[in-house]
Amino acid sequence: MATTNRSKFWKASSLFSIGWVVVLLVLAILVNTTSLKNQEWLRILFGTSALSYMLRASVPLILGALSGILCERSGIVNIGIEGMMLAGAFAAFVAKVATNSWPLTASLFFGVLIALLIGALMGLLHATLSIRFRMDQIISGTIIIILATGFSSYLFNRDAVAEGKFAMIRIPLLADIPVIGPVFFENPPLTYLALILVVVVHVALFYTRWGLRTRAVGEHPRAADTVGINVNRYRYMNTMIGGMLAALAGAFLVLEAVGQFQEGMTAGRGFIALAAMIFGNWNPFGALGASLLFGYTEALQNELLLAGVASIPRQFVSMLPYIVTIIAVSGFVGRVRPPAAEGKVYETEGH
Amino acid sequence: MNVRFLPRIGRALLLPVLALLAALVIGALVMWISGDDPIKAYQGLFSGAFGNGRGWASTVRRMVPLILTGLSVAVAFKAGLFNIGASGQFLMGTVFSVAVGLYFAALPLAIHLPLALLAGVLGGMLWGAIPGALKVYTGAHEVIVTIMLNYIASLFTGWTVFAGTQGQAHGPLWDKAAGAISTTPDIAESARIPLLFAAPYRVHTGIFLVLVVVIFIWWLLYKTTIGFEIRTVGQNLKAAQYAGMHVNWTIILTMLIAGGLAGLAGAIETLGVNYKFAPEFGGAVGFAGITVALLGQTNPFGVVLAAFMFGALDAGAAKMQFDAGVSTDIIQIIQALVLTFVAAPLIIRTIFRLRQVDGLMKSAPGVSWGK
Repeated sequence: MATTNRSKFWKASSLFSIGWVVVLLVLAILVNTTSLKNQEWLRILFGTSALSYMLRASVPLILGALSGILCERSGIVNIGIEGMMLAGAFAAFVAKVATNSWPLTASLFFGVLIALLIGALMGLLHATLSIRFRMDQIISGTIIIILATGFSSYLFNRDAVAEGKFAMIRIPLLADIPVIGPVFFENPPLTYLALILVVVVHVALFYTRWGLRTRAVGEHPRAADTVGINVNRYRYMNTMIGGMLAALAGAFLVLEAVGQFQEGMTAGRGFIALAAMIFGNWNPFGALGASLLFGYTEALQNELLLAGVASIPRQFVSMLPYIVTIIAVSGFVGRVRPPAAEGKVYETEGH
Repeated sequence: MNVRFLPRIGRALLLPVLALLAALVIGALVMWISGDDPIKAYQGLFSGAFGNGRGWASTVRRMVPLILTGLSVAVAFKAGLFNIGASGQFLMGTVFSVAVGLYFAALPLAIHLPLALLAGVLGGMLWGAIPGALKVYTGAHEVIVTIMLNYIASLFTGWTVFAGTQGQAHGPLWDKAAGAISTTPDIAESARIPLLFAAPYRVHTGIFLVLVVVIFIWWLLYKTTIGFEIRTVGQNLKAAQYAGMHVNWTIILTMLIAGGLAGLAGAIETLGVNYKFAPEFGGAVGFAGITVALLGQTNPFGVVLAAFMFGALDAGAAKMQFDAGVSTDIIQIIQALVLTFVAAPLIIRTIFRLRQVDGLMKSAPGVSWGK
C-alpha cells in the first residue's frame, strides 16, 4: 500500500507541478545573477519581487488546498473553503481588534487561535450537515459560503482598526542564498507555517496509521468499516481540521498580508485553492506546486500592472488567475482521480 | 406530528413554510444577540414589502429577475448540474442587452426591444455554454468553471463601462457625460419594456413575458422528450447512457437553457428597470437564484413562489434598515438559513417532529463532484 502510493505520488502528480517550480527558480537565478536582469521583460517575469509576490499570493491557496485534501481524502467534498476562509479572516480580525491593547505578538497569536476555533466550528457545521443531516455536500458547502459572507458583512464594524501585523522573520544563513534566500527565507511566520504544513500533511497522510485510515475511509468506507474503523468519526475529524486550515488561510490574509478585514476579501481564493487541489491530484506537494503556479499568475498580473508595460486593459490582466484556473481544471481533471467514495453519505448496514 | 391529513399541495408547501419560519426565528435571535430590535426589524421588513402599493410594486419588481435566475439554477439541477454561474450569465445578459439598447436607436420598439432581449439571452447562453462544453469534453466540474466565469464576467462587464484612467482608455459602452463615473448612458426609448403601472409604482410588462417563460419551461421539462432526457440524465446518468440518450448534448443544451434564462433576467432587469448598466448593480440576483431554486424544490411554479418570497425580503430590506437601523446584510443570513433548512429536510423534521409522509420533504437535488 505505502509503496504503491509513494511511487504514484512521485510519478503522477508532482512531476509537473514541482518541476515547473524548479525550472522557474533556475531561470530566476540565471536572470538575477547575470546581466540579463537589465531586460525589463525578464525582470517582470523572473525578478525577486515577482517571486516574493508569488509566494505571498500562494499561501492562502496552499492552506486552502490542504484543507480540501484532508476533507476529500476522507470522502467529504468541501466546496465551502471560500466561506471557511472568510469566516477565519473575520474571526482573526475581531479577535485582533479586541486585543489591540495586548502586546503585539500575543494579540496576533490570539487572532490565529480564534480563527482556528471558528474554522473548526465551520468544519463541524459542514460535517454535521452532510453526515448527520445527509445534505448534498456541494449544497452544504454553498450554504457555508453564503452564511460566512452574510455574517461577516452583518457583524463587520467598519470603524474598527486592527493595529499591527506579523513581522518578517529572517532565517540566518539560508536568507543569504542569492535569489532563493530573500524569497523563501525572509517571510512572516504564517508563510513558514504553510510550507511546513505541506510536509506535515504529506507525512500524516501517507506514513501514519491515521492517514492510512483516512484514505481508506475516502476510498472504500465499507471495507474500512468492516475492519472496525469508525467511518464518520474520521470524516468529522478531517472536516474539522480542514476547516481550521481554511480559517488559517483567512487569518493569514488579515494578520499577515493585509492587516485589516475587508468584506468579501477572500475574492475567490477558496475556489482557486480547490482547483489547486484537483490540479495537484489530491496530494500535498502537488497542491503546493499548483498553488505556486496560481500565485505566480497573480504575481504576473501585479507586476504587469505596476510596470504599466501592458497595453491590455487592466481588467483583462486581472482575469489571468481565473482563466488559468479554468484551463487547469479542464486540462487535468481527466488525468487525476478523486477519492472514490467522495461526496457519498456512508450508512452502516442494517441501519 | 402526522401531516397525512394535508392535501398534496399542502404537504409540498409545508417544508418551505416551516423552513422560512425557522430561519426568521434564528434571524431574530442573531439580531437580538447583536443588539438590534428584531420585532421592529420584521415590522419594517413586512411594511416595506406589503405595507402599501409602492411596497407591493417593489416586491413584484424584484421578484421578476429572481424567477428567471431561480429557473436557471432549477433547470440545471434537473440535469444534475449545479449552476453557480447564474450571476455571471446575468451580467453578460445585462451588457449584451445594453449594447443593443444603446445602438440601433433608429429601430421601432417592436423590433428593437425583442432584439435587445434576444441579445441578453444570447449573452447568457454564451456564458452557460462554456461550462457545459468544458464539462462534456474535458470533465471540468461546472461548479469551479462557473465560479471562475462569474469573476471573469464581472471584470469584463466592468471594463465595458470603465471610465478610463491616464494609462488606460475608457470602455466601449462608457457614458462620456458621466465623467469619472463608470456607467453606460441610458438606453434608447425604443428598447425599454413598457410600464404596466407608471411611477411611482413602476411595474413593467416584462412580468407577463416571465410568466410565459415559466409555463414554457414547465412544459419543456415535463411534457417533451427533451425534458425527459434532461431529467433522466439528472436522476441516473448511466441509465440515460444505456437508453441511448445523447447525454453530452443534453448537458450542453441544459447549460444553454440555464444560461439563456439568467441572461434574460439580466436583459429584463436592464430594459425594464435600470435602463443602463453600472458595475455596482452586480450579479447578486444570480447568486440568489440558487436559494430560490432550492426553496422552490426545483419546480417551475415553486420557483415563482420562492421568488415572490425573496422579492418581498429584498423589497422590505431597505425599510427595515431605515426603521430599525438593522443592516440589510441580515437578509442574506436569513436566506442562507432558509436554504439550510430546505436542503436538509431532516433538520426541519427533527425540530417540528414531523413524520415522513409521501409527498412531503423531498430532499434536495443531488449533484456530484467526480464525474
